[in-house]
Amino acid sequence: MNRKQFLKTLLGASLAAAWFTGPASAADTIKVGVLHSLSGTMAISETSLKDVALMTIDEINASGGVLGKQLEAVVVDPASNWPLFAEKARGLLSQDKVSVVFGCWTSVSRKSVLPVFKELNGLLFYPVQYEGEELEKNVFYTGAAPNQQAIPAVEYLMSKEGGGAKRWVLLGTDYVYPRTTNKILRAFLKSKGVDEKDIDEVYTPFGHSDYQTIVANVKKFAAGGKTAVVSTINGDSNVPFYKELGNAGLKATDVPVVAFSVGEEELRGVDTKPLVGHLAAWNYFQSIKNPVNTEFIKKWKAYAKAKGLPNADTGIHMWKQAVEKAKTTDVDKVIAAVGGQTFKAPSGFTIKMDEKNHHLHKPVFIGEIKADGQFSVVWKTPGPVRAQPWSPFIAGNDKKKDVPEGM
Amino acid sequence: MGFAAPPRPSLFPPAVWTGVLAGTAILALLPILNLTFADGSALHISSFTIALLGKFMCFAIAALALDLVWGYTGILSLGHGLFFALGGYAHGMYLMRAIGRDGVYQSDLPDFMVFLDWKAYPWYWSFTEHFWYCMLLVVLVPGILAFVFGFFAFRSRIKGVYFSIITQALTFAAMLLFFRNNTGFGGNNGFTDFKRILGFTITAPQTKAVLYLVTLATLLGALLLARSITQSKLGRVLTGIRDSESRLMFVGYDPLWFKLFVWTLSAVLCGIAGALYVPQVGIINPSEMSPANSIEMVIWVATGGRGTLIGPIVGAGVVNGMKTWFTSVLPQYWLFVLGAIFVLVTLFLPQGIAGLVRKLWARRTAPRAVADPAAGGVS
Amino acid sequence: MRRILISLAWVLAAVWTSAFAALDPALVKPLGGDDADARVEAITRLGALGTPEAFAILNALNEEKLYVTPDGRVLVVEDDKATDPLTGEAFDLPEGTDSITVNNRLRRELESALAGLRLFADDAKVRLKAAREVQQNAGAAQLPMLEKALAKETDPRIRDVLDMAVATINLKSDDAEKRKLAVERLADTTNASIRPVLAAMIEPKPDGTFVEPDEGVRAAVVDTLARIDRHLLVIEWTGNLFYGLSLASVLLLAALGLAITFGLMGIINMAHGELLMIGAYSTYVVQLAFRRWFPGELDWYVVAAVPTAFIITAAVGMLLERTVIRWLYGRPLETLLATWGISLVLMQTVRTIFGAQNVEVANPSWMSGGVTVLGGLVLTYNRMVIIGFAVFVVIIVWALLNKTRLGLFVRAVTQNRRMADCVGVPTGRVDMLTFGLGSGIAGLGGVALSQLGNVGPDLGQSYIVDSFMVVVLGGVGQLAGTVIAAIGLGELNKFLEPYAGAVLAKIAILVVIVLFIQKRPQGLFALKGRSAD
Repeated sequence: MNRKQFLKTLLGASLAAAWFTGPASAADTIKVGVLHSLSGTMAISETSLKDVALMTIDEINASGGVLGKQLEAVVVDPASNWPLFAEKARGLLSQDKVSVVFGCWTSVSRKSVLPVFKELNGLLFYPVQYEGEELEKNVFYTGAAPNQQAIPAVEYLMSKEGGGAKRWVLLGTDYVYPRTTNKILRAFLKSKGVDEKDIDEVYTPFGHSDYQTIVANVKKFAAGGKTAVVSTINGDSNVPFYKELGNAGLKATDVPVVAFSVGEEELRGVDTKPLVGHLAAWNYFQSIKNPVNTEFIKKWKAYAKAKGLPNADTGIHMWKQAVEKAKTTDVDKVIAAVGGQTFKAPSGFTIKMDEKNHHLHKPVFIGEIKADGQFSVVWKTPGPVRAQPWSPFIAGNDKKKDVPEGM
Repeated sequence: MGFAAPPRPSLFPPAVWTGVLAGTAILALLPILNLTFADGSALHISSFTIALLGKFMCFAIAALALDLVWGYTGILSLGHGLFFALGGYAHGMYLMRAIGRDGVYQSDLPDFMVFLDWKAYPWYWSFTEHFWYCMLLVVLVPGILAFVFGFFAFRSRIKGVYFSIITQALTFAAMLLFFRNNTGFGGNNGFTDFKRILGFTITAPQTKAVLYLVTLATLLGALLLARSITQSKLGRVLTGIRDSESRLMFVGYDPLWFKLFVWTLSAVLCGIAGALYVPQVGIINPSEMSPANSIEMVIWVATGGRGTLIGPIVGAGVVNGMKTWFTSVLPQYWLFVLGAIFVLVTLFLPQGIAGLVRKLWARRTAPRAVADPAAGGVS
Repeated sequence: MRRILISLAWVLAAVWTSAFAALDPALVKPLGGDDADARVEAITRLGALGTPEAFAILNALNEEKLYVTPDGRVLVVEDDKATDPLTGEAFDLPEGTDSITVNNRLRRELESALAGLRLFADDAKVRLKAAREVQQNAGAAQLPMLEKALAKETDPRIRDVLDMAVATINLKSDDAEKRKLAVERLADTTNASIRPVLAAMIEPKPDGTFVEPDEGVRAAVVDTLARIDRHLLVIEWTGNLFYGLSLASVLLLAALGLAITFGLMGIINMAHGELLMIGAYSTYVVQLAFRRWFPGELDWYVVAAVPTAFIITAAVGMLLERTVIRWLYGRPLETLLATWGISLVLMQTVRTIFGAQNVEVANPSWMSGGVTVLGGLVLTYNRMVIIGFAVFVVIIVWALLNKTRLGLFVRAVTQNRRMADCVGVPTGRVDMLTFGLGSGIAGLGGVALSQLGNVGPDLGQSYIVDSFMVVVLGGVGQLAGTVIAAIGLGELNKFLEPYAGAVLAKIAILVVIVLFIQKRPQGLFALKGRSAD
């Protein structure tokens, strides 16, 4: 029995091993990975990014694909689990042999997959606004850096038109994006002569849903002078926060709240009438009126027949153009070709990937919430703004190079 | 066969011994195949597989540890993720120090401390640049926490569900604490971007192979240790606690120290598993402490078969293997499959996979044998 | 509202004898322009003009009904009908017409101009509201208007507010006596923003003198500040009490269903959170149905959602009990595994049907906003309704368990299953109904939660740990314990939060629970019966 047993065990184990070595890739398609959480806490935000990615890939395929080949999307679910992100990234790059990966949302998921992309020389397009302080050869950042959102927003609120705020509540969820943004803002405010005692930093845990005390404290703080709130509250906590804000009667004319990751989508389910005038700074609003945006929204609604409209197709188009320019999907050649690509985005501006720093030149819009839940743009930059991944308001960053290591 | 409690483990039959040794040998062979044969060769084992199996073996050690307290002593912990994560953090501290000045800010401090404007390491980071001190922490931190917590809990005779729920409260509180950036463990991002361990580049295939083999050896060691404990008189007392604590007390045993021993041992094992896990996956962050992770550990044990020693190891492998596979193959629907499997296992396989194998084995040794039992599952 | 405006317009016309029949186009034109300062000036001048036409045009601007044509003509647009405010001529909307964007700066000017005009409205309520608004941002420019309003005003409450507004302005008066009177008058103020103004008056300058030169005034300021501080403290503590109660009601509604399924039946129901979620999604579906079929009654969808959510979740619960849980009685720890699996399936089912994103559940209008008490504390309606709802649910559950035959059976089965079976209690059916009841209560909790936060597939996950804490702390099987535990945890959390911050407060609570269980291993109220070992 022993030898037979042994052989059987061996067979079983090798079968199990073969199980994990995925299928070989077909030669007539180009594989692209989509690495967004479809379950777990981040599914709320990331699922729609997956949908946009798939929509864009379908669209590219319909118009003839890339280099004459069809794109084949490999969708995996890292389930909002950071180690699983790393595992899936490794699987996509080494098993499925994808040419590029579109994915991640949270900073921690990006940090978790970074070593894998560096080790296996993969290519990642990261679509979400983030804290900056990072520049990697293998990553292109299509979201906004802090200087493309936070600083213009605060400058606006300080201006006469924005209400001339003198005191500041920096309110955020306790993780790296709000922490860094607030660190940058604090330095920026100080450089504008705002006193230490006029800045209040408040953090809440993830998934916080009871904002009674915090709203009451903001009110108390605001009694001391013209106050504005800069909110870096994470996606999911926004609805409870805005509900409390509206019901507690903290009006935008008294204490304006500006947020960076709040758009039409995030405010669905909130009665926006008491919130009229609160602001958001973003590089895109659904309410922007221009032909490109109208077309994009129409396509999107036809495709998903549902909610959700993030602005995440830019990365895919840029990659396509770069591949066509490089005439290959080889990672190093594509990386060299992405810089300088331009794309007519739904925001109505032609945005450009910087030749050097792997970030986009983006316009900045500041919108006020209207009674119907849409935004009216009250301020915008004259043209796209170049990203500063290394914020000049953080000590030591002046020595940083504006190019990724090894380029 | 509706036994109320799982049957007592007898000595492993020779067949199982063969299985264990064969499994170990095969697992040990894989990284060597990975290193010697080039990509494309039929005998090549991909690095992806190695990384995956290394991770599963860490989970298997944790499952084994949990099985000692749950399957053998009847204490259900919903907080073992905490010990796992603490072990991971203890090792992670060393790995962070080992980055040296290669971080983004080229400072002696880890990037997350620079970014919080800290000028020096807080006191609890002292000596963490020494590998062996951190290894000591891997054992001591989960051990001492478990000992203190267990001492008070067992002394107050907190039992059953109450104990489970307060372990859950404990890990939840710890998670919130570690999420805070000001706690000094990197907040939500935790520790990542490790560069080297004991001077070796952490991404080098050789380093990975060594880590893998160390994990395998630890798993084998843990298995033998657990077996020697459960086969001893101590093991019988533990089973006695599980089956009827009051009766054991009437016979004159004080269950406190027995429980405390196995509880602390389990926490230490779990900590070691966490410490092996971190360099292999390259990240440790507070979500490892989330109550859901601890519940998942319980599920590995239940699926594999609690009250057996091979069971939890198999369970950890099978559940995680399915998770890995389904999240790639059925990204939209894998939760249905996984959820249904948990329900079905509880309903139809109360003894888990180990119970099923045993049942099939019994049928096979009976006159009319059924074709092929899932022998491969034993490894 | 329209009637009020019209009558208001007539009053205004009577008050200002200098009213023009038509507005000066030069006054209106800047409103459609790009120059922000010119627009602000136009608003101020229109406000000072105070004619009904001016009022109408400001009001239209505030409600974003004011449009501008490409050639700079300003129009009022209502229901796709454009009217020229200058001539009253109506015509179709010209091509390229865009609404005039109002930003916060304009809105602030508009509101203060409109509030000033509303001070002379017929309706006392409108006047009171306007007076409060004026008081918030009272400036010297408004003094003549305030005094005029004060002279006309007869309602003592409104007079009080106006008086306070005048006093606020008089703080800057050159006359020390006037200042002193104003400071004394402000001792009763509930407007916290006066505090820094007063505090600045007694601030010593570097050269030893004070901002406020008069000694007597300074003494009055110190008194007034003390009064204000005392008042603010009362507000803060009352606020904390209310916030705590509100949090307690949320915890209680989240935990009450679990108190039945886990507390009474001993099932470690990890799918409890998902039952809450199903309750919340039921609310969403009811809201959709109302939008579709009874748009007129939309405000009452929540009321209809209460029984609907109860029935749906109870049905889901009974289905689970019959198919899965009934096989696991007596093996409580295994119910944990099975229900965990169920919870994954339920979550993914909801995600598949409704999508992974949050769905929109809006507060009905009677649950939006809040009432101001003590002059500075806003008690929001939705939270008050939920506190009341929690009380209602507790009473129902208590009555069901203690006053009905089902309740008798439930208690009998809980205390001694075998004996109950022997005397003819249909334990199987009772189990099913009890689990259904627990699930239904969870569904009610879901309705309440949908009014406060997100409704998404993960809703349940964020409440499951808290729910178990509440039930265990209260003592398994004890309804009263659950209620007291929820109130205790809610209040403790809210009184800690201002000092420790949200994160540390939560950690402290968990540590307190762990320590408390050491002292009382069976929770607040120890149980006698089946579950007691």
